Amino acid sequence: MSSEVPGPDVVIVGAGVIGLVTAWRAGLRGLSVTLVDPEPAAHASHVAAGMLTPVSELTYGEEPLLRLGLASRDRYPEFVSELEDVTGMTTGYRADGILQVAFDRDDLGFLEDLRRFQESLGVRTEALTGRECRRLEPLLAPSVRGGLLAPDDGSIDPRRLTAALLAAVGRVGGELVRERATELLVERDTAVGVRLANGDEVRAATVVLAAGPWVCGLGGLPPGVVPQVRPVKGQVLRLRARSGLRLRWCTRGVVRGSSVYLVPRADGEIVLGATQEELGFDTTVTAGGLWELLRDARELLPGITELEFTEVNAGLRPGSPDNAPMLGPTALPGLQLAAGHFRHGILLTPVTGDALAETLTTGVLPDVAKPFTPERFS
Amino acid sequence: MDDVLSIAGETFGSRLIMGTGGAPSMRALEEALTASGTELTTVAMRRVDPSAQGSLLDVLRTCGIKVLPNTAGCFTAGEAVLTAKLAREALQTNWVKLEVIADERTLLPDPIELLDAAEQLVDAGFTVLPYTSDDPVLARRLEQVGCAAVMPLGSPIGSGLGIRNPHNIELIVEQATVPVVLDAGIGTASDAALAMELGCDAVLLATAVTRAQSPALMAAAMRHAVEAGRLARLAGRIPKRRYAQASSPWEGISG
Repeated sequence: MSSEVPGPDVVIVGAGVIGLVTAWRAGLRGLSVTLVDPEPAAHASHVAAGMLTPVSELTYGEEPLLRLGLASRDRYPEFVSELEDVTGMTTGYRADGILQVAFDRDDLGFLEDLRRFQESLGVRTEALTGRECRRLEPLLAPSVRGGLLAPDDGSIDPRRLTAALLAAVGRVGGELVRERATELLVERDTAVGVRLANGDEVRAATVVLAAGPWVCGLGGLPPGVVPQVRPVKGQVLRLRARSGLRLRWCTRGVVRGSSVYLVPRADGEIVLGATQEELGFDTTVTAGGLWELLRDARELLPGITELEFTEVNAGLRPGSPDNAPMLGPTALPGLQLAAGHFRHGILLTPVTGDALAETLTTGVLPDVAKPFTPERFS
Repeated sequence: MDDVLSIAGETFGSRLIMGTGGAPSMRALEEALTASGTELTTVAMRRVDPSAQGSLLDVLRTCGIKVLPNTAGCFTAGEAVLTAKLAREALQTNWVKLEVIADERTLLPDPIELLDAAEQLVDAGFTVLPYTSDDPVLARRLEQVGCAAVMPLGSPIGSGLGIRNPHNIELIVEQATVPVVLDAGIGTASDAALAMELGCDAVLLATAVTRAQSPALMAAAMRHAVEAGRLARLAGRIPKRRYAQASSPWEGISG
């Protein structure tokens, strides 16, 4: 026997960073919101390093995504101060630049090509010699050949960010139901709510799917309404610096063609990542994955082997067909998406919250988000 | 013109075999594969989940492209044989691109492990397409143990250095009675055209397309280059001369 709970304006499936920010921003606009997730912020949001690097991670063919990323990065300072004010919590936000370094001549060639591409799109980076890199970051190996400084990129601690968002959702009266959504309820060709694993239904004027790589697994989805989102596994290590061995810079590196990053936190934690593996929903941590990360990190920072090893996880990035997020209304009335953010979920958190709050209240996506309508794939 | 590529009794209209590593997104890969006109594409079995939705194999199914599983990431004959067997089970195909790598820095084939694995897989009923160095002796030995094609490298995987030893490729082509596929090292269209002019039956490439600024555009370029190189080979090039020879005759021109 199923029981009905009184319906909110919006039900959001998935309380990772994207579902949480959508709930908070929608709540601020006066909408009543229910989040459905058995384990809030337990998956990619828990594993992610939290780099805010639209410039450092620029990729050919992803120019529209750069614009969205820059908009979100520039929105971050105000977004964070509002969130920290409302909740009294901190997020570990830093906007003091990202250092990107090359290990050998081929890697330096890759960075030079990246810099030309960045310049052609009008974004600012600074080319550095190996010596200049080491002056900025004395822990770097002498073999580092050169690098790029993206002075406006930054980082945030996703675990603190999601904890603050969860508190902020509470402040705007958002409700969290710790259950798994199993089925989308569709009546007269309109989404009207979701059914939960315990048989309950949550009915709402609008359903937002923010369940990352699980978004396509929801029952009851009419065919073709939600574009394919695939899981892309990433293994991430957490280390802890004892006194004296403090990494100053959020550092990305290219080591013999493969990428590695190290994100330091104020409390001494260093997040080291990440592999990128297309292995379905597998979240096994493998010896080979960790070895590759440690091998490459050690090439850049020989002192890394002295650090305390504290944690290792594998998360699943939600990959849309073009690696860009899908934001806003779908072809099915009453159903909206905030999914498929791939490597950029943390970076795109503010802009996603704003875009979804706007489309949930006015029905129209803001201009910056328009290229990311889910209907671009139909 | 009915000029098809025939490997182990299967025919292909396209002589461009694609790899998939390094593609920026699934959509970019799909566009590139479509633009390349390829009918055969190789996939690293250690790096995909055959059942995953929206994955690489899904993309290949959508495009109607035959999947050629490969053993990338294997360092010994034993690993490669096991990976091939798992691929056969998962994908229901006897075909395998056999790759046994000696070290990560160069990704060059380990010739001894390669020959060993090729022999075992042929005996186990596989259609084996080995990725090999550009050594004519090794190519002959691989053919002798029953490989369905030989796939010599132009230069190291992903290097884009083109064909460093065209003479060896010619020697391999000259002696081979199975198709020769130039595999690895292609950087741009002229490299692919050269491979075909040297007499290769097909070209296999990935990075040159997947890491190009516009993968779909480069895929189209490769398609044309392979076709152009093939036509030039069939047409027969003129001998190279030391001095000029006017293209219009002098004789018979009255003063």
